[in-house]
Order: sequence, then C-alpha cells, then structure tokens
Amino acid sequence: MIGRYLVRFSALGYVAVILVAPVALIFWRAFEHGLGPFWAAITTPDALHALKLTLELAVVAVPLNTAFGIACAIAIVRYRMPGGGLVNAIVDLPLALSPVVVGLSLYLLYARDGWFGGWLTRHGVQMLFAYPAMLLAMLFISLPFVVREVVPVLREIGIDQEEAAATLGSSAFTTFRKVTIPAIRWAVTYGVVLTTARCLGEFGAVSIVSGGIAGRTQVLTQYVQASYENFNLTGAYAASVVLAGLAIATLVAMTIVRPKEERSGNRDA
Amino acid sequence: MPRARRRALGAPALTTGLTLAYLSVIVLIPLAAVVAKATAGGWHHFWQVAWNPEAKAALELTLELAGLVVLVNAVFGTALAWTLVRDEFPGRNLLNSIIDLPFALPTIVAGLTLLALYGPTGGLGVNIAYTRAGVLMALLFVTLPFVVRTVQPVLLELDKEMEEAAASLGAGRFTVFRRIIFPNLFPALLSGVALAFARALGEFGAVVLIAGNIPFKTEVASVYVYQHVSSDDPTGAAALAVVLLVISLGVLLAIGAVRRWATRHDR
Repeated sequence: MIGRYLVRFSALGYVAVILVAPVALIFWRAFEHGLGPFWAAITTPDALHALKLTLELAVVAVPLNTAFGIACAIAIVRYRMPGGGLVNAIVDLPLALSPVVVGLSLYLLYARDGWFGGWLTRHGVQMLFAYPAMLLAMLFISLPFVVREVVPVLREIGIDQEEAAATLGSSAFTTFRKVTIPAIRWAVTYGVVLTTARCLGEFGAVSIVSGGIAGRTQVLTQYVQASYENFNLTGAYAASVVLAGLAIATLVAMTIVRPKEERSGNRDA
Repeated sequence: MPRARRRALGAPALTTGLTLAYLSVIVLIPLAAVVAKATAGGWHHFWQVAWNPEAKAALELTLELAGLVVLVNAVFGTALAWTLVRDEFPGRNLLNSIIDLPFALPTIVAGLTLLALYGPTGGLGVNIAYTRAGVLMALLFVTLPFVVRTVQPVLLELDKEMEEAAASLGAGRFTVFRRIIFPNLFPALLSGVALAFARALGEFGAVVLIAGNIPFKTEVASVYVYQHVSSDDPTGAAALAVVLLVISLGVLLAIGAVRRWATRHDR
C-alpha cells in the first residue's frame, strides 16, 4: 500500500514540477492584470502579423502534407516500391532529426552559393528570409504525421473491398473516393490535427531560414522569443498563451477523434 | 481488362513517382546539401571542423544530458504509465490527457514557461537561466510523453494472471516486478527511451532561451549549429549537423531493430 502511494505521488509530483506548474503560471502571468493588457499585447501590429503569417503558412503546408501523406501511405502499403523500407525510414526522419539541422539544410540549399540558390537568385526568386523557405521548413518538419496515422489503417483494412469495387466496374478513382477514403477518414483527421499543431509550433527550422524580421518574416513562435529577449515579458507571455491555447485545442481534438478509431479497431498504437 | 491493367501500372507508378519526388525535394536533397557542405573540404577537414574543442564540448554536453534524460524518463515514465494503468484516483483521465501536452505545445513556449517559474523572475529563489540543470529540465519537459506512451499500452495488455501466479508461489512484490513485469515492459521501455534520447539530442526551441549562448558551459549541439549559421560559419554548422544526422539515423534504425526483436519475441 505504501509502495503504491509512493509511486503515485512521485509520478504526480514529477508532472506537477516539470509540466503543470510552469504552464499554469504562464496563464496566470498573462492574465494577472486582467484581460486588457493581454488583449493589448496580442493586438500589436507585430504580434498580429506574426499570428497571420503563422496561419497563412500552416494553411498551405497542412493540405500539401495531407495529400502527400495519403499518397505516400498508399504507395508504402499497396504498391511494391523500389526501396520501400528506405522510404519508410526517410518518412520517420523528421521525427528524430533536430529542427536546426532541417533549417540548416534548407539554408545551404537555397543560399546564393547553394545548389538551387544561385540559379533561383539569378531568376529573381527569393527563397531564404522569405515565405518560400519558411514553408519548406514547415513541410519538412510536419511530413510524417499523416503517413504514420494512415499506414496502419490501410494495412488493417486490406484490399478485399477495393478489389470488390473494381470487380463491380468501379474506376480506380471511384474506388478510392468511395471505399478507401471513408475507411481512412479518421486516421487522416487525426494526422491533420497533429500536422497542424506541429506547423503552428514550428520554431527551430523556421528561425534559421526566416531571418525573423518583426512584422515581415516572423512567425508567432519567433515573436515569443524576440519579445522575451527584448524584455517584453507581457508580449511573450500573451503570445505564449495564444499558442498554448491552440495546443490545448489540439489535445481536445485528439481525444475527440481518437476513441472513434479505437472503436472501429483500426488504431495501431 | 484495360482498366484493371491501368490500375496495376498507371496509377501506382504515378503515385509512387510523385511520392518519391516530393520526398526528394522536401527531405533528401536538402539533407544531401548538408552532407556535401560538411565534406566539401575532404574527410580530414570534416573531422577537424566537427572535432574542434567548442563543437566537441557541445556534443559531449548534449550526449551527457540526453543520457540523463534517458535515466530520468525510464524511472518516472514507467512510474507514470503504472499510475495511469494500475492506480485509481480522481483526475486520472485528466492526467492521461495532460501527458500529451508537451507534444502539442510549441517548444519555445515550453522553454518560456520553465523560465517564468524557475527563472530570474519566478520568485522561488532559484534561477535556471544559463544553467545546465535548466537545459536538462527543458529536455525533460519535451520528452515527458515518450516512455509513458510506449510503456502504457504494454502494461494495459499485460496478463495479471502471471503476476498472481508468481505471488501465489511466494514471490514478493519487488520480485514480481523484477522477474515478471519488467521483462515484459523492457522492449517498449527501450524504444521509449530511444525516442526520448533522439529528441533530447536535437531539441532546440525549449532550450534556446534557457541555454543562452555560452560556449563550453550551456551550449548544446543544436544551439551550436544555430549560432554558427547565424555567425556566417555554415561549414562549422554543417559538420556538427552531419554528426547529429548520423546519430539520429542510428537511433531510428535501433528502434526499428528493437521493434522487430520484440514482435519476434511475441510469437
């Protein structure tokens, strides 16, 4: 009995010290002088621009990686690809790789003396310290999530239904739309939620390629860093609370989507 | 059957081709550019740059901290998984949801929250800013869910009859844990700590505000890479980035091997 309480309270104590108390304090700090200062801090032009830029990038990155994720999962599970195992490993790489390595790789590729950078610069395309490289950083970082969710579901459902549809004269596209998509719908939704959260919170890779110019190439996470370093604690806490609110919304969305998956027996944790 | 043939050849070739092209543009070519930059001056030069005292200190500190992250997570992650599966108390479901917060929370916010409470303005009489303990704390924050989320499902599936049989044969609680529960959890624990290790090696957002920019003291590998790109030394940054890339790949392969070994064990 004493052992159980010891385990329970050391586990709870650990979560409280590392996670709950610091996150709770951020909310307290953001709102301790009421809603007014919080609202003033998140509606400064730089903060609003950072929020807008973050959302704009995510709105492009999430659909791209969702389409890729579905195609890639189908290619991994359904078709015998040359080097399929390798593709699987490459898809996992962004999960294990440091975001600064991702940022550096894009920086080197699109710098003026990089493989693509020279040609693009001569043709008037500005990649670095601008929107395109920031988008590429987000795409790299958030690449695995849809693939990882859809692959186990595709394995689980097998090809019987798809073959039956084809036998009944349905075209490949109709089969995909009427058989495959409904089966992977929740896995895709879950993957999209994870991808969105990762995009909104991306910091390391973006901060290497963006230049972080306030009001121009600064996403919300960079705004948090810049505010903290310029001793604008109110701004840093307020923007953090916005990001934390989005994270909590993500968690809620995850718990709403996940049970549906488990009920249909599709999830492969 | 022209349609069936098109399904078998056309669509797969297109899908596979597009998949590989996208992967190349987004992931492979950029990473190749890092390796090319780091090794442009030959392997000897690569080692000289990657092994200069500052880079070496940063890498050593990173590995030490990642090692500590593994130990702490092995203990507290298992304890948390245990609490979530076997214990009952009000708020257990809430705790279960909170565990995932570090996955969803932007890393820069994680670092800021720790500084708000344990930093110079926290009012607790401690200051983790610019200390190694602070960097460790940030790494523990972001790696919290890994072990819990790999061990928890195994613990849920674990057959209680084995434990009861052992207990009825006179095994004490500690013996039951050591001889029955732990060996069953071990593969999951191993892949959980490997994920935490990989994450700790590369973490940047959570540590950057806490670590500051102090070479030889709190500069971890990711901060080193960032500082060297920012100060116009891409070759130095690329050298350490390649070292990080190789370690990450190694950890991923090791996790794959552990998973295959664990599933073979089941059969």
